[in-house]
Amino acid sequence: MSELARSRRGARRQVAAAIGPRLRRFIDTNRAPLGTLAVFAAMMTVFIVANPRVFSEWSIYRSVLTTLPVALFLVVPLVFVVTVGEIDLSFPATMGFSAWIFALLVHAGLSPYLGILAGMATGMLLGFIVGSIAVYLNLSSLVATLGMNFVLRGAIQIANEGMPIALTSLSESSLRTVCSSVVVGVPTQALWVLGFVVFAALLFNRHRFGAHVKIVGDNPESARQMGIDVDRVRVKTFVFVGLGAALAGIFSTLINFTWWPTAGEGYFLPALASVFVGGTPTWGGVGTVVGGAIGALIVSFIQTGVVGAGLSGFYVQFFDGVIIILALIGHRWNQPRYR
Amino acid sequence: MGERLVELRSISKSFGRIRALSGVNLYIDRGEVVGLVGDNGAGKSTLIKILSGVAQPTSGEIFLRGQPVTGWSAARLREAGIETVFQDRALALQQSVVRNIFMGRELAGRFGWLKLGKEIREAERLMREIGFTSSLLSPRSIVGTLSGGERQGVAIARAIYNDAELIILDEPTTALSLAETAKVFRFVRQLKADGRAVLFIGHNIHHVYDIADRFVILDRGRVALEVERGELPSAEALITLMEEVARPLTHFETSLGNAE
Repeated sequence: MSELARSRRGARRQVAAAIGPRLRRFIDTNRAPLGTLAVFAAMMTVFIVANPRVFSEWSIYRSVLTTLPVALFLVVPLVFVVTVGEIDLSFPATMGFSAWIFALLVHAGLSPYLGILAGMATGMLLGFIVGSIAVYLNLSSLVATLGMNFVLRGAIQIANEGMPIALTSLSESSLRTVCSSVVVGVPTQALWVLGFVVFAALLFNRHRFGAHVKIVGDNPESARQMGIDVDRVRVKTFVFVGLGAALAGIFSTLINFTWWPTAGEGYFLPALASVFVGGTPTWGGVGTVVGGAIGALIVSFIQTGVVGAGLSGFYVQFFDGVIIILALIGHRWNQPRYR
Repeated sequence: MGERLVELRSISKSFGRIRALSGVNLYIDRGEVVGLVGDNGAGKSTLIKILSGVAQPTSGEIFLRGQPVTGWSAARLREAGIETVFQDRALALQQSVVRNIFMGRELAGRFGWLKLGKEIREAERLMREIGFTSSLLSPRSIVGTLSGGERQGVAIARAIYNDAELIILDEPTTALSLAETAKVFRFVRQLKADGRAVLFIGHNIHHVYDIADRFVILDRGRVALEVERGELPSAEALITLMEEVARPLTHFETSLGNAE
């Protein structure tokens, strides 16, 4: 063996030694999202094998990419609220309410951009109110937010008596090109939500806020002893859910050019399921934004996939349930819990 | 003698009708290790909570370097130089060592983005400094996977990061092995040598006797007695004093009267 070959082999071993622990660390710190990705890959393999023709066409992916962004705006902030040890069930009504304010302003002839800002402000304000009621009045967030969901939806119903608001002017607005058109086969809302997911993932993993969310969810008493304003961190996660819900409502209105008084209702259980399918456990302290996003992808694809694979729509719910249960069992086995 | 580092003046604390502390006076000087002892329910935990800012006194005043700091929050007192290693260690078990060390005091840039590299380097330095090192232990390790001694190391590393002037150690040797206890003792002596002050709370009177310069015996919410270490020949003498103090008040008063 030549001297050169030997030194080259040594170098390769050094590289492997340097990459090895790093790769192991990457896998260790990303067990949950990687597990979710594996579930997604397995599910897609089944779909593609079942009907290769349908799943080799881009149009099926484009249809998912049109509706998925709305779900992602909801799922990603929900990961924060679950990680902090709370739950928010009021997001469907917050979504409908914020989009209603947006629709009212656009209908009144104001700039749709102004409408977006007002919608976002409404969502954050509602999140603040819902969060403050649950946190500062020391109520169970499960029950308090469920109640607020009814209150807000009820308010919408009382004011609108079931009537939708048509926003035909939006089809000529520049906002449509920016937020809901197709660029090289990709719906623009998918690009916006990609930015949102990346920002949220950074917020979760690389920002003081994300660090506090995890610590408060992990051990609120310790967080308090170390000077973290525990209640404020909790309320902030509700504000973030309100913002996400507002964006989801605005984008869904932009896609349909119509605001419905029921806007958001259909996302209630799928969005919640996505958080847990994504690998965020129910007990708080840990969570994964990227996992949640992949979870939303899984839940969105089940519908398209089941029908695309040639089964009738009646099978959708059944497969939804099967995937949720399988994913939960997988995460249970994949992630240890320390206490 | 210069100003006291920390001084508590007639601190009282009531929870509803229950009086946990009444009129507690306590001071701690620089370079001094004060041992706080007392039976269960004597008010030790309440006193620590008040001194660390987690709870506020019903009445009384707290001074730090001669300045009044009564009513300050836990965050503000930490900033001012009072650090506490709580009995339960106040660790978030599902988080990494580095997140626990910088809990509530993350190293972040202007917009709150974490300086993760700097935090990890600092964490490595701190862990080395207090001698809690092993090849398996890295700043990225999850605290829930560590042993009791290693967890104590994380809590202590967190307490010394900010060059705190007073470090409160609440039962720091409970549930530790002999070797780990020795490490904690070495660390306390080092703090004293650095001119920092330590308030050492312990159930194990032998441990407290070995490490403290002065003892404060708390009984039913009052400071029953203060003794310099030089006045006590052994840990047994301290235990005898504590038993004396814990007797019904009438007995105690008569025995004190006889002594005078």
